[in-house]
Amino acid sequence: MLAQTSQLIAARYQMAISLGFHIVLSCFGVAFPALIYVVHRRGLRGDADALLLAKRWSKAAAVLFAVGAVSGTVLSFEMGLLWPGMMSAYGDVIGLPFAMEGIAFFVEAVFIGIYLYGWDRLPPKIHLRTLIPIMVSGLFGTFCILAVNSWMNAPSGFHLVEAADGHVDVVDVNPLAAIFNRALWTEFTHMFVATYFVVGFVVAAVYAGGILRGRRDRLHRTGFAVAFAFATVAALVQPLIGHVAGMRLATDQPAKLAAMELATTTEAHAPLVVGGFLVDGKVVGAIRIPGIASLLARASFDREVPGLDGVAAADQPPANVVHTSFQVMVGIALLLLALALWYWWRRRRGVDPLESGRFLRLALIAGPLSVLALQAGWTTTEVGRQPWIVNGVLRVEDAVTPNGGIWLTLTAIVLLYGGLAVATWLTLRSMSRRWRGQPDADLETPYGPPAHDTDAQRVEAR
Amino acid sequence: MTLADVCAALLFVGVLAYSIFGGADFGSGVWDLLAGDAERGGALRVQIDHSIGPVWEANHVWLIYVLVFMWTGFPTAFTAMVTTLFVPWLLVGLGIVLRGIGFAFRKFSATLDEARFYGVGFAASSFITPFFLGMIAGAVASGRVPIEGGDRWSSWTGPTSWIGGTLAVLTCAFLAATFLAADAARAGDANLADQCSRKAIVAGIVTGVVALGAVAVLEMDAESLSNRLQGRGAPFVVLSALAGATALAALHRRSFALARIAAVGAVSSVVLGWGVAQYPDVLVDHARIEAVAGAHATLVGLVIVFGAAAVTAVPAMVWLFLLVNSRRWAQADEHAA
Repeated sequence: MLAQTSQLIAARYQMAISLGFHIVLSCFGVAFPALIYVVHRRGLRGDADALLLAKRWSKAAAVLFAVGAVSGTVLSFEMGLLWPGMMSAYGDVIGLPFAMEGIAFFVEAVFIGIYLYGWDRLPPKIHLRTLIPIMVSGLFGTFCILAVNSWMNAPSGFHLVEAADGHVDVVDVNPLAAIFNRALWTEFTHMFVATYFVVGFVVAAVYAGGILRGRRDRLHRTGFAVAFAFATVAALVQPLIGHVAGMRLATDQPAKLAAMELATTTEAHAPLVVGGFLVDGKVVGAIRIPGIASLLARASFDREVPGLDGVAAADQPPANVVHTSFQVMVGIALLLLALALWYWWRRRRGVDPLESGRFLRLALIAGPLSVLALQAGWTTTEVGRQPWIVNGVLRVEDAVTPNGGIWLTLTAIVLLYGGLAVATWLTLRSMSRRWRGQPDADLETPYGPPAHDTDAQRVEAR
Repeated sequence: MTLADVCAALLFVGVLAYSIFGGADFGSGVWDLLAGDAERGGALRVQIDHSIGPVWEANHVWLIYVLVFMWTGFPTAFTAMVTTLFVPWLLVGLGIVLRGIGFAFRKFSATLDEARFYGVGFAASSFITPFFLGMIAGAVASGRVPIEGGDRWSSWTGPTSWIGGTLAVLTCAFLAATFLAADAARAGDANLADQCSRKAIVAGIVTGVVALGAVAVLEMDAESLSNRLQGRGAPFVVLSALAGATALAALHRRSFALARIAAVGAVSSVVLGWGVAQYPDVLVDHARIEAVAGAHATLVGLVIVFGAAAVTAVPAMVWLFLLVNSRRWAQADEHAA
């Protein structure tokens, strides 16, 4: 039993790390093409800085997409390797959106190939338009993946029948009903907007950092403004979608809602619990704002917010993790929304916020913070679903692989992804440095023909 | 032919496409590994970059396609396969990661040392990935994957697995060298085209010899498959031999367009022969298509998804292949970013 539990913990950590890694890259896969489209289009209309940005961003995208393609593949392997209990019982219930996502991935990969290699090879207008299928497949791919995840939270599209021997059969499979489950639209839109939120703030942070270091040219300002505009729209819309997504929980996943709100007892006029931890069943160190939890989660002061007392101990998620991650997500989202509004308000008043070192430093921090918000939000939904892999139907311990040695594969994945993160960072930084040294976007590959042995020779050969 | 058969056939379309397109990309990595130092191998490595750069991600998706069609259409067979063959699947996963990263990052390396570091990752994993995929195929084909799960080690280390792994690497190398020869010729590098056709001829001959040996191994180690291969699979085996011989002759005469078609024909026939010989089993001797197929509505869904892919993804792929095979793309590299 102990070995089994330790096995389960390792499998969960491995899945969490693999997903946490991939989710950042998939954000770039979905949202980055739209940013590139904007600067590329501007570039074709005569803005040389914007065109240069488009070329550089497409090269950075090549690196990020490659990492995303392989980390996504790792996930599809892990679905089977780590969670065979879910795949064998429910593979035909929820596999279809994965197959549909395959189409999105095909289209995306094909047009990424065409776009990245299309510079100077395709007529400019057609070349620009090849970004559109990439954006569309990003949208559709997000839909498919979130169809699976939302189904895990609000499973539908099948019935369970217990046979005489106690074996439970999955019958009446309706894949469309599984896809269009109750959580689909809110989860999908929430994640889709999150991709623009993250990519907008991260790209803006890169240029804020450059401006802070004195590179105050028009290229940096354009790069910042385009990315920050996307981030602003996302930051405005996201709290509304998040709010609607949360309203579903009171009926569908009361345990998750109770953990998010750190509500120990089911009550009307439930207070909003800000901060705090659950210690021995009691909330300590929290600020309580009366009635607000009822208002936010149920749209009325009088309605009950479910508490952990209504959930069997064995079915409760780890409330402290869920509550903390939820509040980190909301806190950062509101903070960055304020930052975005401040920027545009100052601009309206005729003040350039990019002249303010304080603003630039905040915009720089906003990049990593947006990623933290993403991870926190994802932690909220995944850990909040525990102990279920398919809510109310299949527990994680019944889905995990019987194979031993998951601690080994977990260690391997930590080392591999650690190395991969460092390599990605170093490569992007090195590309950026080389771009600073030369005006165009070309980067020469350092191997033949003719083969050059040193950088010095390579520069001579140019 | 039942609906489940149709889905199995569609799944196999993915296996076939991945063997050809994914295979040629892996094979390029194998030649990259064998290309020698920077001085000697530079030209070939640049050609490899150019040939597989725009297409490798799209070709890679075929593997995802195969996995999702398998777990959606035949969920219990899928879980039996990944649980039993846990170790080789992990190694394939590792290989996939290192191959993609190595290839993408090498292109943007700042120094030769960096390029070497990523290049070795790319090339070495291009070797191990098809090898372990071949071992997995061998395990399934020799009836070593029972539906309730089999031995974690002996299931994939039998004679058929070793043959499968070796043949996978060899066919990848044969395809890649043929494709690279054609690409180099189109780009106007006759020297490199010559070099690649010699590699292709060597790889083709070795593949043929190993394939002959494989017949004897299958006879002993994979009885069911061997019987069906000698029965209804026989035409494909003959076709593969003929196409292989044609490819070698065409390579010798340096007529690359024909060589490419013939090489694709040779490899597809052999893969198709395996598929036909597997029928009607998903897992040879252990799981028939009908017995392990998923819910009816889902199978219908899979056929619809395939249809949707045929009108969206496939035309896109065709356009990409036409572009990369056009003269303009082959030669524009000096001007391009």
